[in-house]
Amino acid sequence: MRVDGKGRIDREAPLTFRFDGHDHTGFEGDTLASALMGDGVRLMGRSFKYHRPRGVMTAGSEEPNALVTTRSGTRSDPNVRATVQELYEGLEARSQNRWPSLGFDLLGMNDLAAPFLGAGFYYKTFMWPRAFWEKLYEPAIRRAAGLGALSGKATDEIYEKAFAFCDVLVIGGGPAGLMAALSAGLAGADVILCDEDAEFGGRLLAEAEQVGDAPAFDWVQDTVARLNSMDNVRLMTRTTVTGAYDQGSFGALERVAHHVADAAGAPLECFWRIAAKRSVLCAGALERPVAFRDNDRPGVMMAGAMRSYLNRWGVAPAKSLAVFGNNDDAHRTARDLAQAGVHVAALIDSRADAPNLAGDVPYFPGHLVTRAYGRRGLEAIQLRRPDGSQFKMHVQGLGVSGGWNPSLHLSCHMNVRPEWRDDIAAFVPRPDAVPGMRVAGSACGQFSTAECLKSGAGAGQEAAQDLGFAASGPQLPDAEDAPYRLRRLWAVEGKGRAWLDFQNDVTVKDVVQAAAENFASVEHMKRYTTQGMAPDQGKSSNMLALAVLADATGRGIPETGTTTFRPPYTPVAIAAMGAGAQGKTYAPERFTTSHDDSLPNIEAGLWYRPSYVPKAGEKTWRESCDREVQMVRSAVGICDVSTLGKIDLQGPDVGKLLDFVYTNTFGSLKPGRARYGLMLREDGFVMDDGTCARLDDNRWLMTSTTAAAGQVMRHLDWVQQAFCPDLALRFTSVTEQWAQFAVAGPKSRELLNDLLDQPISDETFPFMQCGVVSVGGITARLFRISFSGEHAYEIAVPARYGASLFETLVSRAEVLGGGAYGMEALNVMRIEKGHITHAEIHGATTAFDIGFGRMIAAKKDCVGKAMAARPGLIDTAREQLVGLRPVDAGGEAPSGAHLFDAGAEPVRENDQGYVTSTCFSPSLGEVRALGFLKNGPDRHGEVVKLVDHMRGIETRCEVTDPVVFDPEGGRLRG
Amino acid sequence: MRLTCPLCGERDSREFYYQGAASMLNRPPADAAGQEWHSYMHLRDNPAGEVRDLWYHQDGCGSWLVVSRNTVTHHISSVDLIGAQNAG
Repeated sequence: MRVDGKGRIDREAPLTFRFDGHDHTGFEGDTLASALMGDGVRLMGRSFKYHRPRGVMTAGSEEPNALVTTRSGTRSDPNVRATVQELYEGLEARSQNRWPSLGFDLLGMNDLAAPFLGAGFYYKTFMWPRAFWEKLYEPAIRRAAGLGALSGKATDEIYEKAFAFCDVLVIGGGPAGLMAALSAGLAGADVILCDEDAEFGGRLLAEAEQVGDAPAFDWVQDTVARLNSMDNVRLMTRTTVTGAYDQGSFGALERVAHHVADAAGAPLECFWRIAAKRSVLCAGALERPVAFRDNDRPGVMMAGAMRSYLNRWGVAPAKSLAVFGNNDDAHRTARDLAQAGVHVAALIDSRADAPNLAGDVPYFPGHLVTRAYGRRGLEAIQLRRPDGSQFKMHVQGLGVSGGWNPSLHLSCHMNVRPEWRDDIAAFVPRPDAVPGMRVAGSACGQFSTAECLKSGAGAGQEAAQDLGFAASGPQLPDAEDAPYRLRRLWAVEGKGRAWLDFQNDVTVKDVVQAAAENFASVEHMKRYTTQGMAPDQGKSSNMLALAVLADATGRGIPETGTTTFRPPYTPVAIAAMGAGAQGKTYAPERFTTSHDDSLPNIEAGLWYRPSYVPKAGEKTWRESCDREVQMVRSAVGICDVSTLGKIDLQGPDVGKLLDFVYTNTFGSLKPGRARYGLMLREDGFVMDDGTCARLDDNRWLMTSTTAAAGQVMRHLDWVQQAFCPDLALRFTSVTEQWAQFAVAGPKSRELLNDLLDQPISDETFPFMQCGVVSVGGITARLFRISFSGEHAYEIAVPARYGASLFETLVSRAEVLGGGAYGMEALNVMRIEKGHITHAEIHGATTAFDIGFGRMIAAKKDCVGKAMAARPGLIDTAREQLVGLRPVDAGGEAPSGAHLFDAGAEPVRENDQGYVTSTCFSPSLGEVRALGFLKNGPDRHGEVVKLVDHMRGIETRCEVTDPVVFDPEGGRLRG
Repeated sequence: MRLTCPLCGERDSREFYYQGAASMLNRPPADAAGQEWHSYMHLRDNPAGEVRDLWYHQDGCGSWLVVSRNTVTHHISSVDLIGAQNAG
């Protein structure tokens, strides 16, 4: 119900919204929870396990009960805390975890089964009969699991990520945080002040108190205005600092557009990574309840929250309320309510000797609340007198306070546990738990406003001073300074279930049972009962649960200890953390100068390369591929090979470096010549292969495969800096600087001579020659190398001429009966020639395995040489490169298939090898493959059995030499 | 996490490639015994405390660096070019 004259909502600005299909009215400034409360709604959710009716319990992000789904369709947002959701016109929200409705939830029957569903029940059930698990238990559990549900559809919501740097990060903008920011800001430090709420003020927004002779809220506004005017202070509301990480790094979630109907192009959320030299944690404190029988009835809430609802939003949960606590602070709720004209039926204090601080309200010191009645909404409470007798009282709302827990979570994110303070019966942060972080205000156990202001100012000042800023500190206004007085009360003894974790439905009994079953460690109790494992991460239950556990195991609270605190402080959508990495933005796209989007392109790492270049009338990729192979082998083909790594090396000592990184010798290579090289890892396995060309005495060009370009570059830098720093050389990657095209086929020289400024011949440009040439006046590089096995060249021009040269090459090729060819055809031709790619040098093959053992020069050291000589790596029993030819008509030889002796059972123990590459060879008119076979080179001619267990294919194959087309290489020369 | 490259200054750790122990700098001679190579390639200390690791400034200057870092506190005490020191 609404309370006249209270709250800072705008009663001139009503808003309509829907909850579970019903229309409601609230006001500008309301949250969904306060607006529902104002409209008399008590039932806001159903608990996870037992589906017990629940109402709102708190007024903040720690809310365990009132979880709703807002928006609809692909924008559906589950598990939104109604206490955090700001109201806007047209807001639509639905309760969760109930069927068919919140009021009538059939799954409430779970509550009847409670005796069987206690702590750890799932470790003891669902095991028999075994068959029932997959068919019955698991599907049923899956349906029941979770709270809210995702829409299951892709969303068009925008999420962003951002980075910020500052001198001092102040976490929390209540009295302590505002003073810390002011202090550090006045000293000249660069400050960022974050608060999870929509406005600064923290607890002051909820209290009817004065700061410096004016209402607290006025002081807040003045201070914020002051901070706003300072250029060196950045203010961020709706921003939760979610985690503390190494080196002063913090994660923070800014909820940019949850409070409006239409984001209008703004992101819904922004996840920040903030690097701060110093930080001040002013996160305040969270009230903890007292557990008693059925303390989870809708209408039972935190006493401090009841005060927030009254003072900030002008609402009360019901007409007749009571307050129950073990401390002085609870009295303020009764006092504020009474002063606002709300009927306070009772102020109940467990301490017999505590004076009444609430004024003229019925006062019951030394009493306890032992039970709450009213399944769908509180109707009455049961009280126990000091003499043990009990009586009932009719109320519809109960505020409960068991004391306050400092919000120290962030200070424990780097694996330091908090320390226990007996005097306030609470854990507080340990000093220096996070390097560079100070804690101030209620977050370190100082509960009066005056203490908060002072400690915040001091911490901000010290943080600034650490960084060399001179600070005198702002003036401290007067503020309330009441002592914090309480007497411990965790749970009220009695029968029935007393609730601790409201989200996971864990009771005092469950914790006691865990202890009885010897799950005595707090970490074990947590997992066994699931207390503290729900989205609220036990914010209102951790303290009580560990106190109950301590009692049950006969230990003190410090000895029992807390569980580990981990980020995030409140839930963060994965979409927010992954902002900017969805769809194509996940990785850069690299395009060649000849890139054509209309072609079917494949991904080669981050590059895109055409798979085939279909001609009009071609219906399948095989048609195009077969045609392209025949075209290259009979006329001429053009293929963009720019993606292969290129490294420019210069200096007199380059040959020495190459001799060390390649297995074979390069130092002796003459200028104008290119050579194929093999590169090993230090463990003796093949890293990469490629050609290296010596353009001049001191000018070389190394190529690598597309896939290993980065690795090779890194390797060269490593070798040079670690082992050869004194060599006179320099090198750099030029992969993107040169566009390079293969010109392959019998008519390749004819094509080139029509293009080059100076013609070439077989004498001036024999096989493996390289040099600088000129095309239309542009300096280019020509290499007579061949991957296809044809008479072929690669021509390279500066990248800006790439598109133009490619177009020219293709049109001239077409005149000669050829054209462009793609990756499929390239692959077929190299398989026909037994040329390896990373399909064969996949990281677990050696030079010996691929038949290149003799390429490791005897007379020099090279990377990988020593390890490659290990007996196990040159054993003839190893799987070595072979060609494979199906002998059965129509036989397939898919990659990944395994090889077995012809008569052997195709099981793992009989495995003889595997297929790495396969194709239909138009040149030979049949399927051909490459693979690895134990003792392969000695088994040419043998028929083995090929089995693809996954696809259910079995073929007999003849083992052949890997090179099956033009084995003498005659086509290469001439 | 940030690393201070001696040439480029403080950079996000995502600019770097992590290789492994700085002991990789002590490459045995080609003819060293198998045990020595085995130790070089495969055996590593695993202290709870200071470790010296190799990082490569892949998206920056391409320098290989030795980073001294405490595995318990995560404190980075030094970042040097590999030429500037031995592996130790």
